[in-house]
Amino acid sequence: MNVMYFAWVRERIGIPQEEVTTEAATVNDLVAELRSREDRYAAAFADISALRVALDQELSDFDAPLKDVREVAFFPPMTGG
Amino acid sequence: MQVRVQSERFDAGAELNSFADGRTDIGAVVSFTGVVRDTDQTLQEMQIEHYPGMTQSAISKIAQQAMQRWELADCLVIHRYGALKPGAPIMMVATAAAHRAAAFAAADFLMDYLKSRAPFWKKEITQQGAQWVAAKDEDEDALQRWAAD
Repeated sequence: MNVMYFAWVRERIGIPQEEVTTEAATVNDLVAELRSREDRYAAAFADISALRVALDQELSDFDAPLKDVREVAFFPPMTGG
Repeated sequence: MQVRVQSERFDAGAELNSFADGRTDIGAVVSFTGVVRDTDQTLQEMQIEHYPGMTQSAISKIAQQAMQRWELADCLVIHRYGALKPGAPIMMVATAAAHRAAAFAAADFLMDYLKSRAPFWKKEITQQGAQWVAAKDEDEDALQRWAAD
């Protein structure tokens, strides 16, 4: 699946998006997998309460299943307006 | 209903005039324009990042909710992204309705939802450095009042 990062999440990880092959069942499982990869992921995902997630461009929850999801995006709370 | 996400500057006055032009079914037009603020005179620019695939549809859904909730004749949302200078317009909303109460309430609703539910992130570039603007708890709290009734 395509995993995207925005704002300071993108800056901490160092890339805007990447293709990730995973068996993760939920967003939380995916986060755990990414965290264990490298320090920059651990830093970006240190505090999940400071993050939001969108699945296929719809805001979602960290316990949501990833079955059939093609695009996951992680970002801080939005600041539009 | 019009939703535009763009980097180009817009002319709020011209947008507002064309929004209501020729309509005879409305008695009220309400608009809000957000401007890049620099009260301390330290801001060099405001960088606005967005999620291109999601932004247009997220704003359209918010606008549709406003259209359904109030009897609006029309609504307009323009939101910019990219590097903006102090004093530049960031975004505008306009609502048109038969009566002012609906037009005001819908504009207020649109602003509250755009602040916390449209995928934009602001970064302030100052002489001292760069900093992401943090979301405010009161912006999230502001959504609660629309859930109450």
